[in-house]
Amino acid sequence: MEAAAGAGCGSGPPLLLSEGEQQCYSELFARCTGAASGGPGSGPPEASRAAPSAATAAAGPVADLFRASQLPAETLHQITELCGAKRVGYFGPTQFYIALKLIAAAQSGLPVRIESIKCELPLPRFMMSKTDSDIRFGNSAELHGTKTQIPYLISEKNTFKRMDDEDKQQETQSPTMSPLASPPSSPPHYQRVPLSHGYSKLRSSTEQMHPAPYEARQPEGPSSGNQGTKPPRHQASLIRSFSVEREPQDNSNYPDEPWRITEEQREYYVNQFRSLQPDPSSFISGSVAKNFFTKSKLSIPELSYIWELSDADCDGALTLPEFCAAFHLIVARKNGYPLPEGLPPTLQPEYLQAAFPKPKWECALFDSYSESMPANQQPHDLNRMEKLSIKDVADFPVSTEDMTGDDKQATKSGLLPPPPALPPRPCPSQSEQASEAELHPQLNRASSQAAESSPTKKDTPYSQPPSKPIRRKLRSENQATENQEPSTTVGGPASVATVKPHPIVQKQSSKQKKAIQTAIRKNKEANAVLARLNSELQQQLKEVHQERIALENQLEQLRPVTVL
Amino acid sequence: MAVCVAVIAKENYPLYIRSVPTENELKFHYMVHTSLDVVDEKISAMGKALVDQRELYLGLLYPTEDYKVYGYVTNSKVKFVMVVDSSNTALRDNEIRSMFRKLHNSYTDVMCNPFYNPGDRIQSRAFDSMVTSMMIQVC
Repeated sequence: MEAAAGAGCGSGPPLLLSEGEQQCYSELFARCTGAASGGPGSGPPEASRAAPSAATAAAGPVADLFRASQLPAETLHQITELCGAKRVGYFGPTQFYIALKLIAAAQSGLPVRIESIKCELPLPRFMMSKTDSDIRFGNSAELHGTKTQIPYLISEKNTFKRMDDEDKQQETQSPTMSPLASPPSSPPHYQRVPLSHGYSKLRSSTEQMHPAPYEARQPEGPSSGNQGTKPPRHQASLIRSFSVEREPQDNSNYPDEPWRITEEQREYYVNQFRSLQPDPSSFISGSVAKNFFTKSKLSIPELSYIWELSDADCDGALTLPEFCAAFHLIVARKNGYPLPEGLPPTLQPEYLQAAFPKPKWECALFDSYSESMPANQQPHDLNRMEKLSIKDVADFPVSTEDMTGDDKQATKSGLLPPPPALPPRPCPSQSEQASEAELHPQLNRASSQAAESSPTKKDTPYSQPPSKPIRRKLRSENQATENQEPSTTVGGPASVATVKPHPIVQKQSSKQKKAIQTAIRKNKEANAVLARLNSELQQQLKEVHQERIALENQLEQLRPVTVL
Repeated sequence: MAVCVAVIAKENYPLYIRSVPTENELKFHYMVHTSLDVVDEKISAMGKALVDQRELYLGLLYPTEDYKVYGYVTNSKVKFVMVVDSSNTALRDNEIRSMFRKLHNSYTDVMCNPFYNPGDRIQSRAFDSMVTSMMIQVC
């Protein structure tokens, strides 16, 4: 076998390549050897076939190329052995061409033998990414287009790489996003693939450096300098990511592919949302979102249009589904997709909420959070872990979405009487409680808190729940421990119970001293945790104050001049 | 159905002006410009003591032989001016009011966009489509 392969390698003639095959193989070979050999195959096919040129294909891209042929690994091993690369230790042109021919044979169902390649075979098919789709050799008819397509595509890649340079990281390869630039002859469904590549790049790169797309703007110099060698590595990474991405894509409807958010993208968007706004069920204000999206370096009119598309209720703030839609549109735009005329159905907030129901978000969030949170989110980590524990108990985020309006819960109205009966200490905090209370009605530990009023600050709802246990704890020293029990099941009765705290307290304080002491200990721990939270939220409060001041200034400018 | 719709900022420069693309569009621009004086006059006449109660809809500003010009001012002194074909007698006052209301709503939506700086020209596509729906369909 090896001897035959050696014979095949040593002398050109036994390996008969048609002209089309020679063109393709030389192009493929050129890709695998990098830019050294330039663009499409140069020189007459015979010359390229005859003697090994100085260029040898790098093993990495070649391996990826072979994997893209979707043949089983054993077959690929056989092919590698047969073509002689293992024997000579490198992939020269002859080895490469033999390997390609063997791949074609294997894909046609013929056994992997040297004899197979003697006969006429269709071209090998490589399921690759968009850039390589041009050299997808389904039939020779495409061949004539490929030669012209490839240089075009490479130049397009260059331009788009500059656009996408924020996705580039040192260790990752740049995404290849040029669906618009794709020549019309390319199969349409490949257009959807690059978007996911971009996303996978985005995600993989950002998981390594978390806010990288919006913070680390890689200088265009290195990126353009790398572009010469990029294409082959490009393909390799794309092929890898492609194989990763193919699975989820196959499950979704193709027509909406560019506008469909995959699970990984969803997680990334949600994490970004949380970095801006800890509460996933509240929303991001316009100015915060503007600062964030401006980092994407899209033009202001485009950002304005994206906002217009995604802010469905035109309230100047983005809820989580709106934010995901906006983010998705931005990523799509950065990857070269034109912005749609209207919000695609897969990006509608209702669709997003239905597709990714909230409780699942929370669980997925927590899981993904604990697994994949990158290093530079450590500051958030601490707070988040603390909040997680509270969240788990409270389980209030699920309901807060419904509460962002002026929902007045029956429990809260039932809580109106208690405040006057309480000691004066909680009174200063009642105004805060007013806004917070409506956000977690189920938080029955806070059931003794004051009732609500219209939410003062919608973007700091989270400040409220942590502080509630503190205040409750203060009062609990006067009250019975049963008021402290996080009896989530006791909704109504708890509120009723708190109406008469004092008479109950005097009777039970003597009975439940021990229980009180253990509860005090627990509450002290919670207190420490919440004190930390408090400080963080105070900062948030300051930021919100500043926002408010800015808004008021704006309003002043717009306010009509009273003196006419 | 309006022939020309304009949004004028507080400082009396146009934020958005669009007319049916026929003949001499500059004429519409001129009409809108001259109507600003009338708007100011109406505002000053009405709003001396009762700024809060001043009605937003100003009504017919002035008629010409071919066109009628209606005005509407917001609380932030942004003016909407609409030029309507005089031959379109079917248009009633209520319809004009509703058109202005739609304009105002779309305008507030534009303002809600954080990427829109007050004082910029309005380039929102939603606003454009809303205005298109209000304008005469000239084939």
